[in-house]
Amino acid sequence: MTAKIAYDDVEVGTELPAQTFPVTRATLVRYAGASGDFNPIHYNERFAKEVGLPDVIAHGMFTMAEAARVVTDWTGDPAAVVEYGVRFTKPVVVPDDDKGALIEVSAKVAAKLDDNTVRVDLTATCAGQKVLGMSRAVVRLA
Amino acid sequence: MALDQSFVGRTYPPTEPYEVGREKIREFAEAVGDTNPAYRDPEAAKAYGHADVIAPPTFVFSITFRAAGQVVEDPQLGLDYSRVVHGDQKFAYTRPVRAGDRLTVTSTIEAIKSMAGNDILDIRGEVHDASGEHVVTAWTKLVARAAEEV
Repeated sequence: MTAKIAYDDVEVGTELPAQTFPVTRATLVRYAGASGDFNPIHYNERFAKEVGLPDVIAHGMFTMAEAARVVTDWTGDPAAVVEYGVRFTKPVVVPDDDKGALIEVSAKVAAKLDDNTVRVDLTATCAGQKVLGMSRAVVRLA
Repeated sequence: MALDQSFVGRTYPPTEPYEVGREKIREFAEAVGDTNPAYRDPEAAKAYGHADVIAPPTFVFSITFRAAGQVVEDPQLGLDYSRVVHGDQKFAYTRPVRAGDRLTVTSTIEAIKSMAGNDILDIRGEVHDASGEHVVTAWTKLVARAAEEV
């Protein structure tokens, strides 16, 4: 494992480059196929509304995967991630248009731990609402 | 209806091995729009010290969640899956999943709680490779929302 960021070069409060991830209905269909999660709430508006959702929503695991990219793009080697956890607080609602929704992810170093690891706290929002809570990764740096 | 507490601690038999393929990893990485070369290019992965392309951190969920189906669909447990939402998800990695791995998952019910009529189920999936070495542990919290008043 060879992260391109050195432990000694980061401090509590160091910000990782923030990113915005667009998600459309087409994104969800593709993710459904790749992940094997074919729950119709992720592509079928009629079904989603029948079970009380406002519209089709993104897979929680899709949002979790996108948020991870802020960390793995920073470290280079994805294997730098030794722990990663999130709470799904609000759904990402994806309208049936060509714009879809935007997931905005920011992250910062929250603690320096033993063994060249740091805890990174992530924030993910969509339409101004927090979609992930307690979103944390432990990352081993060089 | 509250779930039976006696299921806490129950461990289900390990799954049949899932063989991780390079093209499945590539397909997953493309689906999340991730262009990290460690997911696509064996040489780039080797430059990071990996024997083959590795999978994005959340890739393994597809495997552990399928394994959790043993729990979720256990008729004796009586979970109403049509009302289930994903509450929390966590992973702890010994090493990344990589192409060529043959992975088995052993699922354990860690906790069952009832809150405001919701059933909350914590499942731990231990993922091991063909040589029996630990690869990753996945913790999945499922929440079965209370049935609506009729």
